[in-house]
Amino acid sequence: MTYIPHSPKERDEMLKTIGVEKMSDLFEAIPEAHRYPDLDLPPALTEMEAAAELSELAQANETTKDLVSFLGAGVYNHYIPAAINHILLRGEFYTAYTPYQPEISQGTLQAIFEYQSLIANLTGMDVANASHYDGATAVAEAVNMAIAQFRGKRKKIVMSTGVHPHYRATTDTYTQFADVEFVSEEASRNTSEALIPLIDKNTALVLVQYPDFFGRICDYTKLGEATHEAGALFCVVANPTALGMLKTPGEMGADMVVGEGQPLGISMSYGGPYLGFFTTRNKFVRKMAGRLVGESVDARGQRAFVLTLTPREQHIKRERATSNICSNQGLLALAAGVYMSLLGQTGMKQVAELCYHKAHYAAEKIAEIPGFSLTFDSKFFHEFVVTCPKPVAEINAHLFEHGILGGYDLGQDYPEMADNLLVAVTEMNSKEEIDALVAVLSEVNHD
Amino acid sequence: MTEFKLDSAPKVVEPTIYELSSPGRIGVDFPDPDVPHNNVPDSLLRAELPLPELSEVDVIRHFVKLSTFNYSVDSGYYPLGSCTMKYNPKINEDTARLSGFANIHPLQPIETTQGALLLMYQLQEWLKEISGFDAITLQPAAGAHGEFVGVLMMRSYQEERGETKRNKMLIPDSAHGTNPATSAMTGLKVIQIPSDERGNVDLDALRAEADDTLVGMMLTNPNTLGLFDENVEEICQIVHDAGGLMYGDGANMNAMLGITKMADLGFDVMHYNLHKTFSTPHGGGGPGSGPVCVTETLAPFLPAPVVDIVEEEADGIPPLYGLINPNKTIGRVKAFHGHFGMFVRAFTYIAMHGPDGLRDISEYAVLNANYILARLRDTYHVPYDRICMHEFVAEGRWKDAPDIHALDIAKRLMDYGFHPPTNYFPLIVHEALMIEPTETENKDTLDTFIDAMLSIAKEAHEEPDLLHNAPQSTPFGRLDEVKAAKDLILCCWLPENYDEQ
Repeated sequence: MTYIPHSPKERDEMLKTIGVEKMSDLFEAIPEAHRYPDLDLPPALTEMEAAAELSELAQANETTKDLVSFLGAGVYNHYIPAAINHILLRGEFYTAYTPYQPEISQGTLQAIFEYQSLIANLTGMDVANASHYDGATAVAEAVNMAIAQFRGKRKKIVMSTGVHPHYRATTDTYTQFADVEFVSEEASRNTSEALIPLIDKNTALVLVQYPDFFGRICDYTKLGEATHEAGALFCVVANPTALGMLKTPGEMGADMVVGEGQPLGISMSYGGPYLGFFTTRNKFVRKMAGRLVGESVDARGQRAFVLTLTPREQHIKRERATSNICSNQGLLALAAGVYMSLLGQTGMKQVAELCYHKAHYAAEKIAEIPGFSLTFDSKFFHEFVVTCPKPVAEINAHLFEHGILGGYDLGQDYPEMADNLLVAVTEMNSKEEIDALVAVLSEVNHD
Repeated sequence: MTEFKLDSAPKVVEPTIYELSSPGRIGVDFPDPDVPHNNVPDSLLRAELPLPELSEVDVIRHFVKLSTFNYSVDSGYYPLGSCTMKYNPKINEDTARLSGFANIHPLQPIETTQGALLLMYQLQEWLKEISGFDAITLQPAAGAHGEFVGVLMMRSYQEERGETKRNKMLIPDSAHGTNPATSAMTGLKVIQIPSDERGNVDLDALRAEADDTLVGMMLTNPNTLGLFDENVEEICQIVHDAGGLMYGDGANMNAMLGITKMADLGFDVMHYNLHKTFSTPHGGGGPGSGPVCVTETLAPFLPAPVVDIVEEEADGIPPLYGLINPNKTIGRVKAFHGHFGMFVRAFTYIAMHGPDGLRDISEYAVLNANYILARLRDTYHVPYDRICMHEFVAEGRWKDAPDIHALDIAKRLMDYGFHPPTNYFPLIVHEALMIEPTETENKDTLDTFIDAMLSIAKEAHEEPDLLHNAPQSTPFGRLDEVKAAKDLILCCWLPENYDEQ
């Protein structure tokens, strides 16, 4: 089965018009020795067979619908309103290309403009771009923007260990041939106090996460001030759900706010595709990578939207572009836009508060179990660290026997934090589920 | 050109969600907390949350209205060169949304995600077989991201063998902008290599630059003129002799499935665009997916992690699939394991085509392009005129119609109900019109498009204003791009007195 619509007669007419006899005549430019190789692939399936095979593969996975999940660490199990998928499945959106022809792309353009506005308002910033691949690459682009801002003259990036380990690893990869040095604090320390002494006149960027990878929240205003006193840029990696209730990084003086947009109505889908959001201040807009949609008018006097400031981009500037980025996560930006439109200010606040209250209930109950304690006494949002009486792998295995997907084993990324479990609680976790988690954890010491 | 003179405020065709907002509306409600309230210190709270408020029906009508302003593959023919706007099968959307795929967390224990890992492993094997390479990563999020991964590996390989003075990347003048931008991002010097009169890489110019400062060369083949470089093996040889590596930009793989394997031609690295060749939808600008294949030499440098068998099959127990880090890995290039949802779609697509079906894709894509070329070449000048692959580039200009540009032809095509071809790219063709029909269009559609192109050529000479004033039949007219860049309105807000409404 293929999606090729030609009849044999049509094919032959076309070959005749072209002036060749057979299909293979079209490929004579290809070196003969390497033409028409065998492909060792399984024979074609019909749609019915493919649907069955994919269904079987899907069923071989245990999902967060089958299990009770307390796993977060950068990807969160949130409720996705039904309306989102119905919009995403409109072919007019998902089978369109990048809106380079604005006359016939106003749907995508206005949707991105609205997404930009929603993200800017949520983070408390002036302007957002049309998105990056994910949170990790948005962080890496923020570092590149800071390096470019100082034209390579400032060589130090102060990056908190509280930034997601994958984001830090990605940034290392992106900057491996750049002349910059990264400095960090010890993970157990209070981020603001520990980072301020590291900032100096050679610092291009100070980058922290909010809530941090351990779920902790603190007011970074003083850190921002210290950063600006040194003339450096201040970037906050934020969780968008938390911003439904918490003070914005914009209010704390951030020059850039970036992050992972997955919590905004995007399915977990084993790691992607997600959405990297990127915001900044008006004064830096020309330094920002990625697509931007701006408001204008058309020849008929109608308000309309169009890709703007394109001379920053690779298809115009080539090797002098701000980044090589070409695509954005258009369809995921649409999903996030629909999510925020549906929830509005009431729903966004409601989800944030549900996460906050449930996570605090869980933390309180877990801390009461003998042998378990909360690792940090800091304020937190919907994720927190538990010091366990046994290796996390053992605890997670025990939880799994009871159908519970435990938290994230922090020892994987922070060797000094072995026996530390990162637990995420969202609006999806009922009190019964939390109580079950607590009950199973209580058994651990009795084994 | 169009004049932009406004006597009054612009007419709003569809309000923004901010303009549609009214205090107190809710689109989705959540349950009350079933746990005790935990007080939040005021100092941690935001002062206001200025997001719009709409009901579900408001939101649906708004986005459905917006969708009607879009042209899409589902609504019509989209011959946008270099973008491979083929039909996106509906089954792919269903399989990607199966709960067993959509509702798994990337950090779950591998024992709970064997279906997903097997799918990724199998897709890796298939993509290697189609290209002839030895190893692959699925991680890159898009073509440009794949290029970045490929070039980082090339540079790491050169450094690892002590060739630290190598800092130069050769790129043909017909290349996509991402190639030079990627090379610059990794700190390399970009040297542009001209094309010869047949649209191939100019071999003399190549030889002159092929020295011991070479990291390698990035070559799109078929190139952006839609032509298969007739000297591709010699090009690879020249670069290899100079100690460089060959990067294959797989943007145009839709012409090559089962036709030739890029590794057999001498390439060392290549990225795919799953969103072009394997029909994962373009989504209005993304997500893409750009897996990168390499030869055995470069395999240790692949980004972390890749999917592999971590415990072999034994005693009737199937193998265990897991994630491993190659020993000289360039590192991580994004969080988690890549655009998994796109892998499910591409997997479904390849499974439904098999070896013969894949070859049909490329044969019919090339047939369609050559058919349009054959019928248009007497009317539109084609500067590099030979049998093309999946696309070709014509000039959108005539000496006897001096004020007509490719842009005017593109806009006029919209009035005929078509998405225009790519224009002004590649840069080496004046007033370029780059036409890529793909294999999923039937002869009737192609004939209607060709007739429109011939009719527009006639109009260009007889009634040029029809082109200058186009489009007229679209929901919007030409945009004032200068105003957009000057005013720089990139964001909207709720009105100042919103709460008093």
